[in-house]
Amino acid sequence: MHELPVTKSILQIVLRHAEAQGVEKVHAIDLSIGALSDLEAEWLQSYFDHLSKDTLAEGAELRVHRSALTFKCEPCAREYTAKREELDTATCPGCGSRDAALMGGTAYTVESMEAE
Amino acid sequence: MSDITLINIKEEILSENRELAARLRSDLDEKSVFLVNFMSSPGSGKTSLIVRTLEHLKDQFQMAVIEGDVDSAVDAERVAGEGFPAVQIKTGGSCHLTAAMVEKGLDALTLEEIDLLFLENIGNLICPVGSDTGAHLNVALLSIPEGDDKPLKYPKIFQTADAFVVNKTDVADFFDFDEDAFRRRVGRLNPEAPIFGLSCKTGDGVAPWCSWLSDRVGAKRP
Repeated sequence: MHELPVTKSILQIVLRHAEAQGVEKVHAIDLSIGALSDLEAEWLQSYFDHLSKDTLAEGAELRVHRSALTFKCEPCAREYTAKREELDTATCPGCGSRDAALMGGTAYTVESMEAE
Repeated sequence: MSDITLINIKEEILSENRELAARLRSDLDEKSVFLVNFMSSPGSGKTSLIVRTLEHLKDQFQMAVIEGDVDSAVDAERVAGEGFPAVQIKTGGSCHLTAAMVEKGLDALTLEEIDLLFLENIGNLICPVGSDTGAHLNVALLSIPEGDDKPLKYPKIFQTADAFVVNKTDVADFFDFDEDAFRRRVGRLNPEAPIFGLSCKTGDGVAPWCSWLSDRVGAKRP
């Protein structure tokens, strides 16, 4: 249920931009969600469907784009990306080391929306 | 017929909570109050750790506790029973504390008489992580019976906390908690954060944790 406040925030952001731009209807919303986030797309959509009733964004589709995990290799400083499942196992494509620090993969943003 | 256009937004989700949290932090700075947010799953010992820490640091700091729970006031009653000011926030079903809830807790305390304030978040390893509370320090607690694989299952909390406490070391012989694996997994997500093993039951290991915390509070002061 941690999707609920996130969904409220998405709707607020979208409606603020929709009103400022004078759009009539929002069709789709593009979200960038970090690979480490536990947000589930289906829950976001169902909360959104409920919260957005009778607003400009009613019926809009949420398109979730997962951003990759980014690591920085400790021995050779190379930056590389990995999937969530590879959190514990990803190795540096340059030197093969598993010693790395996580650089990114947690932020979430409303990127854009399709509207008329 | 009107055209469909793509409108760029590029705005962070939950920025409203983050802005309020930043304001709370600066208000607390002005009053010289250091706020520590404790997060863990239910039953790993947040209240016990807070009570141990209060006992240990009572001659050094004026302390108080804000307890967050979905329901009941048992935690606040336990802290008040130890002789410290305690405020209970009931979230009424919400799975984490927001900055707005913390603000209400702060309003119920006399901040001028406090220099170290503890916030006990809702027992949960997922939801509290994305919601800044205004704390200066975020501590994640794990207990030996929960297992060394938690950084793999709940990476975000292990990536964002400033320090980790592993509680219930007194029962380590009965569980297969692999400390090296745990440290390696945490180190990968969060290489800077210290890890303190301790037992709230026996008091073993509480002193180094309290000494580190006390230094952090001291470093923040003018």
